[in-house]
Amino acid sequence: MSAFRNPFDHKVRLHRGGCSCGHHHSQADHDKAELLEKQALQDRAVEGAIMRALFPQDEVRRRFLKAVGGTTAMAAIASLFPLAAAKEAFAETLGPLEKTKLSVGFIPITCATPIIMAHPLGYYAKYGLDVEVVKTAGWAVIRDKALAKEYDAAHMLSPMPLAISIGAGSNPIPWTMPAVENINGQAITLAMKHKDKRDPKDWKGFRFAVPFDYSMHNYLLRYYLAEHGIDPDRDVSIRSVPPPEMVANLRADNIDGFLAPDPVNQRAVYDGVGFIHLLSKEIWEGHPCCAFSASREFVTTMPNTYQALLKAILDATAYARKPENRKEIAAAIAPTNYLNQPVTVVEQVLTGTYADGLGNVVRDPNRIDFDPFPYESFAIWILTQMKRWGQISGEVDYAKVASDVFLATDATRLMKEVGMEPPTDPVKAFSVMGKPFDPSQPEAYIDSFAIKRG
Amino acid sequence: MSGNRPWLAPLLSLVFLAVFVGLWHLGTRTSVGEVIVDPEYAALIGAAAATGGQSAMPGPGDVVAKLWEHVTDPFYDRGTNDKGIGIQLGHSIARVLIGFGLAALVAVPLGFVIGMSPLVYKALDPFIQILKPISPLAWMPLALYTIKDSNISAIFVIFICSLWPMLINTAFGVASVRRDWLNVARTLEVSRLRTAFQVILPAAAPTIMTGMRISVGIAWLVIVAAEMLVGGTGIGYFVWNEWNNLSIANIISAILFIGLIGMVLDNSLARLGRAVTYKE
Repeated sequence: MSAFRNPFDHKVRLHRGGCSCGHHHSQADHDKAELLEKQALQDRAVEGAIMRALFPQDEVRRRFLKAVGGTTAMAAIASLFPLAAAKEAFAETLGPLEKTKLSVGFIPITCATPIIMAHPLGYYAKYGLDVEVVKTAGWAVIRDKALAKEYDAAHMLSPMPLAISIGAGSNPIPWTMPAVENINGQAITLAMKHKDKRDPKDWKGFRFAVPFDYSMHNYLLRYYLAEHGIDPDRDVSIRSVPPPEMVANLRADNIDGFLAPDPVNQRAVYDGVGFIHLLSKEIWEGHPCCAFSASREFVTTMPNTYQALLKAILDATAYARKPENRKEIAAAIAPTNYLNQPVTVVEQVLTGTYADGLGNVVRDPNRIDFDPFPYESFAIWILTQMKRWGQISGEVDYAKVASDVFLATDATRLMKEVGMEPPTDPVKAFSVMGKPFDPSQPEAYIDSFAIKRG
Repeated sequence: MSGNRPWLAPLLSLVFLAVFVGLWHLGTRTSVGEVIVDPEYAALIGAAAATGGQSAMPGPGDVVAKLWEHVTDPFYDRGTNDKGIGIQLGHSIARVLIGFGLAALVAVPLGFVIGMSPLVYKALDPFIQILKPISPLAWMPLALYTIKDSNISAIFVIFICSLWPMLINTAFGVASVRRDWLNVARTLEVSRLRTAFQVILPAAAPTIMTGMRISVGIAWLVIVAAEMLVGGTGIGYFVWNEWNNLSIANIISAILFIGLIGMVLDNSLARLGRAVTYKE
């Protein structure tokens, strides 16, 4: 594979039949030697710990060794203390998986693509995991099941791990978000009868649905409405409706529109119930949507399982990122066991060549994209919106909450391990509807809005 | 009148069914309209949307076809979230029977105590009156939060909704046993325990069975809603999953199965009830 090695890396040898350090016959031998070396180091660490425990005073230890000799001492201690077993036990905490049978909850929407597709396409199995992906009825239920440890990890909306950690809408429980599932991938859909009301200023009195209070959908819809001078709490009503029930409600004329995750929007078009007014990427290009999340307890008590699981997800995300794989993925996740949608609906979402409900075929390959990196500035923006709309109040340590919940460091390391290129800076600048966001000035950002609560 | 012509009622039932299916067929007949959009666009949307309409209710033919699919292959298992309707119904029935059984274990003895002692009856009455009218589903968030297991929560909801009718009916049945019989038992110096089992229980049994019949009916109503909330397995989950896909034909099939099983449950308890009825 020398053709693909970086010729400008001093650690890499371009000739065949060598390894990166040059001391071994092949890269495989090099890796083997490295592994042995790692094991030897571990063994030493264990022996050192035992000797320190036996001889709290180092001078006594040295006198003892001088008197009886190192080998004799080792044999004597080994006869009293199971040295080999201790070494093995220590090695095990770094290597094998603590748990291989896992249960991961998901909501049947395309945002869950990496979590779902990792099952039929074998990414979980690749990392030695036997994962059961369980379809769940709504966000509150997935939260409660995750909190109750019925799920080891779960698909959540990216504001949810933040809300759970700071105790908004539930008891504060340290939660983490090691990866973003997808970016973009939402849209505002309106009922067919509003075909001519494309200006948000005409939307007074509309009844909107969003999937959950703590969702990007809610914040983006509120942001969009407020930027057009519509107060989201006074001029319209916004209620939380689980995604699968949105199209049925739109059809029954219970709501005028929704900002929903896909494939709900496309499904409304497919059934002739609504049209796509705007993709969420037009509000904020590259915004995070859903998240892969787990409790901090899972991350710390089962580090190997957590890493294997995250690697499987990252690997799947990397595959989903490539446009040429999207059709295959659509076919893999559309059946009843996963999304339970017509393949064409899922395919239109993933490929970005879609019917808009008004008779046009639109081509936008970035309609949904997959970038797992949990930028801390995303978290800070979400927190500012929580505060803007009165979901949280008082002092918020934005930067700390962001770095506690969004595990950018782990993502960086593991992305490298699965061959992806993580960004160097966990803070990314972006603007929403043309208005730049400065993550270092969250309070000033909130104050800059005319329409806000509190 | 129907005594000498026993076939009349079934015939009338069939006529009603035929009229209903006929109206259904007429009501859902889709007029084959012109495709009003260009073919590339039409390929991306549903057939009804391509003719400018909304996708319609399925007709009786579609539903029968779906029904046939479910009847011929009720026990397939294509993964965690896609199991046959037989398996789903099995999960629901198991939940109902467990919840109902536990409720019976609590309600019948407690009802006995309440019925036999006016004091306990008065003391517990306010609690029963407050707890009885609560929709069982209102317990669901509380159950999920405290029990921390969705399956047990669903069973708990069944338990709580089947409890009240059985409790109240048992208490009523026990309290309204004819005084004469109790007096006779007392004159014959029968012990209290023997009175309870050999006089009161048989006397109150028909009322208790009526309570059980009401309970199992409610439990079967509630399980569908509970499973729609909790998801995972069961016929309620099946309905929710097909709602997700807006597959009305599947939902109607599921509704028919739900009705069928509900009827079987009700009939079997009615039969048990008849077995313990007596003539005074």
